[in-house]
Amino acid sequence: MSLWKKHAIFEKNSILLSLGVIVVISIGGLVEIAPLFYLRSTIEQVKGVRPYTPLELAGRHIYIREGCYNCHSQMVRPLRDEVERYGHYSLAAESMFDKPFQWGSKRTGPDLARVGGKYSDEWQLQHLVNPRALVPQSIMPGYPYLAKTELDTADIAGHLKANRLGGVPYSDEMIANAGADLKAQLNPDDAGAAGLEKRYPKVQIRDFDGNPQKITEADALIAYLQVLGTMVDFKGYDAKANYR
Amino acid sequence: MAGHNTEERDALTGRTTTGHEWDGIKELNTPLPRWWLNIFYATIIWSIGYFIAYPAWPTISGYTQGVLGYSSRAEVQVELDALKTKRSAQAADLAKVELAAIKADPKLLSLALAQGRAAFGDNCAPCHGLGGAGSKGYPNLNDDEWLWGGSLEEIHTTLKHGIRSSNDSDTRVSAMPAFGRDGLLKKEEIRQVANHVRVLAGQASEAGYDKAVGGKLFADNCAACHGDAGKGNKELGAPNLTDAITLYGNTVEDLVETIANSRAGMMPAWAHRLDPVTVKALTIYVHNLGGGK
Repeated sequence: MSLWKKHAIFEKNSILLSLGVIVVISIGGLVEIAPLFYLRSTIEQVKGVRPYTPLELAGRHIYIREGCYNCHSQMVRPLRDEVERYGHYSLAAESMFDKPFQWGSKRTGPDLARVGGKYSDEWQLQHLVNPRALVPQSIMPGYPYLAKTELDTADIAGHLKANRLGGVPYSDEMIANAGADLKAQLNPDDAGAAGLEKRYPKVQIRDFDGNPQKITEADALIAYLQVLGTMVDFKGYDAKANYR
Repeated sequence: MAGHNTEERDALTGRTTTGHEWDGIKELNTPLPRWWLNIFYATIIWSIGYFIAYPAWPTISGYTQGVLGYSSRAEVQVELDALKTKRSAQAADLAKVELAAIKADPKLLSLALAQGRAAFGDNCAPCHGLGGAGSKGYPNLNDDEWLWGGSLEEIHTTLKHGIRSSNDSDTRVSAMPAFGRDGLLKKEEIRQVANHVRVLAGQASEAGYDKAVGGKLFADNCAACHGDAGKGNKELGAPNLTDAITLYGNTVEDLVETIANSRAGMMPAWAHRLDPVTVKALTIYVHNLGGGK
């Protein structure tokens, strides 16, 4: 039982004890977290997932700024009732360009992982301004200032660059055109719309908040909400090969 | 721990001490209860079985799969398949039978209504309201006035492809010109037309309204879609202007806004999100709300 006696060394020396704790926890982290970075099976091979357009990315920042994730998750779990209600369970590939991901852990409101296309832009805007105008029993706060506040677009290229540092494959061309792409997504007649569509396939181009005069925060947020969960091409997705 | 204590006993309690002493006070040796320790050891042994049975450890190129072959994604697929089988006898009927025949068969009808009701609550109620009564900009589904037609087939088409939906090429589309914004009519002309529309619906007009002027403007600008008498055209989703039902309000101000900037309500296409049987059930449910033709 001499090993037990050695334990007294840790009990009597707080620095050694702290180091010991760090070593033990690090082993847990190495085993549980590190493999996710090198295992290819972590992220499914799917078609259709592209980085967010500059406007969608700006909308994502507003989503985070307003703390939407505090009440809304973005993760349809592989459970029968969730799949029945929200659609196909979320894939890792769907949030691979989310830095950081918005899976959330609390559902005061419904899951938003597949909310894209479920409601009209007009509905989204009215619902953001006053949720109870449309859903009387809702307890979501209103965000009327989003439609009145002009979107800060000055640093959008910087945001793309920062995301690229985090591993999102934004090309030099995407970063160079970030400002123009942001504006082009709000107007189908914009000269840059074709280029935007080439860089970001299947992008939805229209004025999202019904006010073509201004680029507002509501424009960005609705553009983001309308793309959520719509990117993966499930027709070409092999579910069996991706059982985990 | 056990092997390390002295056999010194505390005189007062009769318990052994750990040998630790602080200023003359000695610590009693109070080991964890045996039953607790045994359960603890048992859970450690249990975890070994768990490692063998279930996916557990990462490897160089994957992970240990476990002998049970468990996968949460496979499991949910099994559950969904079971649900499908359970529903299939009924769903197969709903899928095969024509919409009109479903309405005629009481058993199928109650089935479709139950399924439609459930889907309506999650997918349709946020806009049209839980009872389908709608609100400004979102049509009431209980009345017998329809923008794009209220027959089973027409409702089915609207549900499948939506209205002005951006992701469906067969979606219902029409665009009313923005007579004010695009400079097609002058401000006072728009006011005349707004009043004329009110008169068509049997509402009072305001002072300054000239029937001849309003009527001429209406005939030139509106009649092509809404009809000479303002009865509307369901092929174009052009509403009937002669009844008391207006989607965006029927005050002069509301109508001026509608004529000046136009309206273009959008409904998502549901064929991409819901399965065909659910869309069919929804069709029956909406048709049955009260206004089906």
